[in-house]
Amino acid sequence: MAETLLELRGIIKTYPGVTALDGVSLSVGKAEILGLIGENGAGKSTLMKILGGVVAPTAGVIVVDGTEFPTLTVKEATKAGIAFVHQELNLFENLDVAANVFIGREPRRGGILNLVDEATMHARVAPLLTRLGVDFGPGDSVETLSIAQRQMVEIAKALSLDARIIIMDEPTSSLTLTETERLLGVIAELRADGVSVIYISHRLAEVRDCCDRVVVLRDGKRVGELAKAEISHAAMIRLMIGRDLKSIYIQPKTVPQNAGLDVKELVTSAFPDRAVSLSVRFGEILGLAGLIGSGRTSLAETVFGVQPPVAGGITLNGTPIRVNTARDAIAEGIYLIPEDRKRCGLLLDMPIVENISLADLDSYAPMMLVDGGREHKVAEEQRRSLSIKAPSVDTKAITLSGGNQQKVVLGKWLSMRPKAIIFDEPTRGIDVGAKSEIYALMRALADRGVAILMISSDMEEVIGVSDRIAVMHEGRISGFLDRKDFSEHNVLMLAVGHTGQEDVAAHA
Amino acid sequence: MLKKELGLFLLIVVIGGVTATINPQFLSQVNLMNLANQIGLFGLFAIGEGLVIITGGIELSVGSMFALLGIIFLDLLINYDLGWPLALLVTVAGGVVLGGIHGTLVTRLKMQPFVVTLCGLLLYRGIARWYTADSTQGFGYGGGYENLEWLMSGRSYNVPHTFIFLVIVAAIMSVVLHKSVFGRYLFAVGKNEEAARFSGIPTARVITTAYVLSGLLSGLSAVFFVFYTQSVSPSAHGNFYELYAIASAVLGGCSLRGGEGSIIGIVLGTVLLQVLQNLVNMLGIPSSLNFAVMGAVILLGVLADQQLQRRRQRNIALAGAEARNLARQSSAGAAA
Repeated sequence: MAETLLELRGIIKTYPGVTALDGVSLSVGKAEILGLIGENGAGKSTLMKILGGVVAPTAGVIVVDGTEFPTLTVKEATKAGIAFVHQELNLFENLDVAANVFIGREPRRGGILNLVDEATMHARVAPLLTRLGVDFGPGDSVETLSIAQRQMVEIAKALSLDARIIIMDEPTSSLTLTETERLLGVIAELRADGVSVIYISHRLAEVRDCCDRVVVLRDGKRVGELAKAEISHAAMIRLMIGRDLKSIYIQPKTVPQNAGLDVKELVTSAFPDRAVSLSVRFGEILGLAGLIGSGRTSLAETVFGVQPPVAGGITLNGTPIRVNTARDAIAEGIYLIPEDRKRCGLLLDMPIVENISLADLDSYAPMMLVDGGREHKVAEEQRRSLSIKAPSVDTKAITLSGGNQQKVVLGKWLSMRPKAIIFDEPTRGIDVGAKSEIYALMRALADRGVAILMISSDMEEVIGVSDRIAVMHEGRISGFLDRKDFSEHNVLMLAVGHTGQEDVAAHA
Repeated sequence: MLKKELGLFLLIVVIGGVTATINPQFLSQVNLMNLANQIGLFGLFAIGEGLVIITGGIELSVGSMFALLGIIFLDLLINYDLGWPLALLVTVAGGVVLGGIHGTLVTRLKMQPFVVTLCGLLLYRGIARWYTADSTQGFGYGGGYENLEWLMSGRSYNVPHTFIFLVIVAAIMSVVLHKSVFGRYLFAVGKNEEAARFSGIPTARVITTAYVLSGLLSGLSAVFFVFYTQSVSPSAHGNFYELYAIASAVLGGCSLRGGEGSIIGIVLGTVLLQVLQNLVNMLGIPSSLNFAVMGAVILLGVLADQQLQRRRQRNIALAGAEARNLARQSSAGAAA
């Protein structure tokens, strides 16, 4: 390894109740491509936010060119030559390429008039674009560019800032194969020019092809490093998995029935060229694992009717049903606990009682007028049985903690007649105590004969709670696992796109 | 929730009291009845406007609808000799249809309410002026609609029918907005359309219904105004009236972001506006300052309300922190 550009020593980052990073050390050399891998929630993004100056570490030292910093500001990070190419691109669509590259530091002219010097801007951006070998010019509107082209704009912006280290977070997640190859080509050229890249990706094949060195994170710890010669699929996966999973499985009291919710060749608008088939039986919890962006939420929202299906069908208890709106799904007893509960699950400004009755209001209003007494009675029952911690059911949802808000969303559906419930990331942002309460509730529902589909990116949750696991990869189901085959290794292999296990065995 | 309305009511009492002290004529029967008539006329369509604002939308075409529907009503009644019940029905139905079109454009074609109803404002005014060649229409010497005239502009026990009608409609709409399923859906859609959709609420239908109700009340108001002004001059009739309605709704606690408001608030907002107009006359303030007085009071009113809101938000945040502490303590207690 050549001279060290940047070094992180013993970085710790704790949030209330969670340790996101636990003493991570890492160094990047000049003209080196460093791969950074790990499961969802391993701490990669937090680490990069610390590097970019967005988040301050709780402890540890950042060394840039021999100078030690306890924490970086965004300005210091930029000055040190650290630049981001964001996962969700941060460009202004209404401006042209040159304006985006120079946003916030536009060259000026005209003295007191303080005009933007368009000519200088374009003249300075053009050579950067030539260097990246792109097919658009500085005057093109970003609106008209593809995602791959926009990424190049971000890289041009990084270069214009004299970046020496470019952090790329999942840069290829929405690129086509040829676009990916082009990007990898550009990365290789950057290295030849002496620029370093930190490359974060779930796509192990790309990591193997382009990285000089790979660092693996797991549960906020650095668990290993692979030199160029040691990088292989099997080696990377071996390092990514292998933590102790606490046993949180609750034995079902009943045997699942044969019937249930069947999704047949369903095509969602997120992946219009992929069809998904799966079935959840009444009385079982089917975990739906996969990497972020693999199409799980789209599947859930299509089954629930808030996204229109492109093709395919759904049957419930053997009968085909038509679901074009959430109202249709709710009428059939199919409910969704959405991933973003603040945006989609709750009316935050309204009291608990009105949130609980909202989806079933007609049944509280035999004469068109809402029976407030009955509404309170039902809400009070839900508050007691779910132990929602609030002074009363008239408390506004916005004042509750995440766990209690989730219970209000749950209470809305439990006060009705559930046949199948889809949980999308049911315990995200919820503390440990409330988590186990929600797991117990899910099991109790399954025991009552409800079909439960649980989308989760938390490996412990998927393996610990499910009776069966389905894994999605880029819009299709890459495999199913029965309890006896549950392992982090097997889930992860399917999640990164392997359909069988022979491949790993051969590598190992 | 009722605190806001109470504050508004007290403000009206204070302003009324001050005006009455300076000029006792303010409380004379003639003036009060005149005031009640104005409140009735302007309150009716303000309620419709309020419903639309609660969905997070806006209805700007009300004044132009008055001109167009007023012309249609007179035309049917006088030139086509249609019986008054039918003429009334067609006019009100016209309002319903226009509201339905606005609602459909907003919900199905995802157009912005401001744009849709601004185009309505221009379109209906233009059609009314073209159809009449910009000439004022009146009742002429025809007859046969004396019953309707009594209904729309008469008095019972000295109380103007417009005011009685407003009270009846406000009572019905209060129940609809604050007690019915539709009312609850209206607030839910205005507060968070996404969450409403995820709870199975037919959001498009709810929003369209709000525009239809606004159209219905505007159609009725159009007829009331024809009998009030006795003639319709297409270029001036109802000009700016939508702004009165929006001002009433905002004064009455409707947030332009949607999801907030009450019928009693909208009615009190109308009362305040009309009292202000009346006060300008009563106190001998040049009537050219009319709009300026209204503008100043609305500005101050909304500013004061915003400060109160901010304090409320702080209290909510504090209560939330307290509840979470409580929860933590009790779970810690359970663990121990």
